[in-house]
Amino acid sequence: MMADALALLCAFLLVAGSAFALTAAIGINRFPDLFTRMHAASKAGTVGSSLLLLAAGLYSWDFAVFLRALAGIAFLILTAPVAAHLLARAAKGSGYRISTLSVRATHRDNKK
Amino acid sequence: MRRLAASLILAVVWAVVTGSAAPANLLLGLLLAILCLGVTRRHRGRGTIAVRPVALLLLGLVFLRELALSAWSVAIAVLRPRLDIRPAMVAFPLRLKRDFEIALLANCITLTPGTLSVDVSEDRRFLHVHALDCRDPQDLCRGIAETFERRIMEAFP
Repeated sequence: MMADALALLCAFLLVAGSAFALTAAIGINRFPDLFTRMHAASKAGTVGSSLLLLAAGLYSWDFAVFLRALAGIAFLILTAPVAAHLLARAAKGSGYRISTLSVRATHRDNKK
Repeated sequence: MRRLAASLILAVVWAVVTGSAAPANLLLGLLLAILCLGVTRRHRGRGTIAVRPVALLLLGLVFLRELALSAWSVAIAVLRPRLDIRPAMVAFPLRLKRDFEIALLANCITLTPGTLSVDVSEDRRFLHVHALDCRDPQDLCRGIAETFERRIMEAFP
């Protein structure tokens, strides 16, 4: 009974995590420019991978493995935004223009 | 004293990540921790930072909630048949002054709904934020100021 419940929970986490990873991939394909693509990669990607790690940690039913999965999630959350930020910053620094879908660009401090 | 505490914490993290609390492994973790602290010594600020634990915990919980919401809203935006997004670059006026606070805010912003931090202006007065779906820049700035910026200010008085 307990084992079934655990297996169900882990299956749900695995499917949810894979679904988020898939939407991240579709987003990278569909979105119009680098910045919007980073939105998909950094958020849906992080949450997808975290859910997969959580499922792996829970299913092992071993505290040491679970702790390691949690550490993995913590490091993902710490590093994903840094990577996204550096890519976006490099794009901005090299003069990459944001998508024509954009309605307004407010660079208030540039005008001064 | 602070370096000793930091080394011990890092050694425990090492034991968790490698999944073994054997004495030899702990010792290896401690040596690595001391090495890491030595390498990064010049980049770390001096002086202690006051922390309010409860406010910090609240900040963490709010962050996790926003992260879940954010992944959900991006997934919805991606899967909608018509791509209905209005990307924009917004300059967010910073009230935070210290470097680590700005870094923390920037990381929080990147993992929360519809926003991605791009750059900090050189005088540290503005944080350039890219928004995936922005109808009203003022509304966006108010949202950031009232959730994360206020909570970071409360956590680090």
